[in-house]
Amino acid sequence: MTDAPMPASLPHDGTDAEARPVFAEERRILGLAASTWPGILAPLAIGILALLGWEAIVRIKDIPHYVLPGPLLIAKTLVLDWETLSGSLWITLRITFAALVAAVTLGVALAILFTQSKWLEKSLFPYAVVLQVTPVVSIAPLIIIWVGDINLSLLICAWLVAFFPILSNTILGLNSADHNLVNLFQLYRASRSQTLRHLRLPAALPYFLAGLKISGGLALIGAVVAEFVAGSGGSASGLAYRILESGYQLRIPRMFAALIMISASGIAIFLITSWIAHLFLRRWHESAIRREN
Amino acid sequence: MTQTVAAVAKEARGRPLVAIRGVSKQFSNGTLAVRGVDLDLADGEFVSLLGPSGCGKSTLLRMIAGLGEPSVGAIDWPTSPYGSNGRAEPDLGFVFQDPTLMPWANALKNVMLPMTLAGVGKADAEARAADMLALVGLRGFEKSYPRELSGGMKMRVSIARGLVTKPKILLMDEPFAALDEITRHKLNDDLLALWDRNRFTAVFVTHSVFESVYLSQRIVVMAARPGRIMADLPVDAPYPRDDLFRTSAEYAHLCRVASETLKKAIAG
Ligand SMILES: Nc1ncnc2c1ncn2[C@@H]1O[C@H](COP(=O)(O)OP(=O)(O)OP(=O)(O)O)[C@@H](O)[C@H]1O
Ligand SMILES: [Mg+2]
Repeated sequence: MTDAPMPASLPHDGTDAEARPVFAEERRILGLAASTWPGILAPLAIGILALLGWEAIVRIKDIPHYVLPGPLLIAKTLVLDWETLSGSLWITLRITFAALVAAVTLGVALAILFTQSKWLEKSLFPYAVVLQVTPVVSIAPLIIIWVGDINLSLLICAWLVAFFPILSNTILGLNSADHNLVNLFQLYRASRSQTLRHLRLPAALPYFLAGLKISGGLALIGAVVAEFVAGSGGSASGLAYRILESGYQLRIPRMFAALIMISASGIAIFLITSWIAHLFLRRWHESAIRREN
Repeated sequence: MTQTVAAVAKEARGRPLVAIRGVSKQFSNGTLAVRGVDLDLADGEFVSLLGPSGCGKSTLLRMIAGLGEPSVGAIDWPTSPYGSNGRAEPDLGFVFQDPTLMPWANALKNVMLPMTLAGVGKADAEARAADMLALVGLRGFEKSYPRELSGGMKMRVSIARGLVTKPKILLMDEPFAALDEITRHKLNDDLLALWDRNRFTAVFVTHSVFESVYLSQRIVVMAARPGRIMADLPVDAPYPRDDLFRTSAEYAHLCRVASETLKKAIAG
């Protein structure tokens, strides 16, 4: 081709390329798009109705609070025991978060390593599967004995549970880059690291984020299960320990309060990871886009 | 390497840009996709590969691009210092049948890709990509993501990406097959205008007789099972070609000739 300067533009006659993008603004209520409100209000209404029904049944049937406390009593316990409970919540969340960070780091690093070398994947992946299918409850005691440090043991247990979805999803994602795009990178003589950076990693992002959503919840479950196994033997006193303790002492309202905190944490983790996924994918991935048909 | 520019140019004259010699391709599952292809592509010419589905057009085009080695024979680039010993000339553009854009990158970033991979500076790459997008009629869409573009617009981005490095040769694999006729005619005209301006070598795969006659100087007709070349038709009509040409008796006649050749090729 010659090196003559490119002229401004070819003449056009009004095909689709002549149109310019116009973005319509949706009506907003309290900062949220009007159409998202029903999705928030409907489940909220159901929840409030269920709580009212629960409280009513407990009062009418006069159920003793060590069998089934009403929601009001649980709420009261939550406030009164807040200091102990929030301390335990903090401990559990710290382990959950650390395990998730470790799962992301190691999962992504291993996935990249595996896709660079088929041999490494073939020889190591089966062991990752073994780790995944072994129930954490059954190896937690061993880990606690071997590692010694209780916090580290809990972290390892939670990590074991959270690790696999990230690993397998990221491997799938790294290998799912469009075949023609891979060819295109070949044509332009892209290096391995260029292909990784500009093609495989972005292509893997939606898969990784789907894995992250699963692993976030699993990390919490792993942390709680490990705490149960460690029980009172440990010095750590996470939420699971509070549940065990309340069970022994028949302080059922407190047990419920701790349970609610675990559920709320799980929901929060799910919402945060979903929000992160949405932030990353909203411009381009089908899963994060509302289609205007 | 002490030859003068003039001497190199003199030697280059008469030598094809691409010399395909006795090329066959058999896939590992036993399919003989292409058999015994001999074909020269001259510098700056517009050639169409025309043939029915499954006759090995894509396979041949991909081999020219260096994607997949011939099982037998060789593809040489006699005038290129890089494209020898079975290696393809690196200075080429490729347009796939699908737009094949990166969905996570906007139009500008997509067009910048060849330059990003070649290590061209960001500012320079951005300016050249923006120019190229304007040239294919997409000024103002630099920040749009592929999913926000229509099929025709995506194809334009893909062509812009293929041409942004001003390659010696542009290989296109049925680039407009999925588009409606109006858009296809428009893109045909735009492609001819780009070619007229920059005189890259164009290899255009299609199974439309009309498209091949409208665009090219030469039509290579292929037949299937096994894929082979049946005819090499010159299209002796002057450029620029436009709607006048599309409705001329000359065009109708050329189409009839090409169509009959293709029919014979399919019949075997
Ligand atoms: N990777 C592959 N492995 C095995 N066989 C293949 C492969 N690619 C193509 N073929 C076979 O080679 C033959 C030629 O395929 P090719 O894609 O080149 O045809 P084509 O002329 O481009 O057809 P179309 O017009 O439908 O795109 C077909 O019979 C096809 O089944
Ligand atoms: Mg094809």
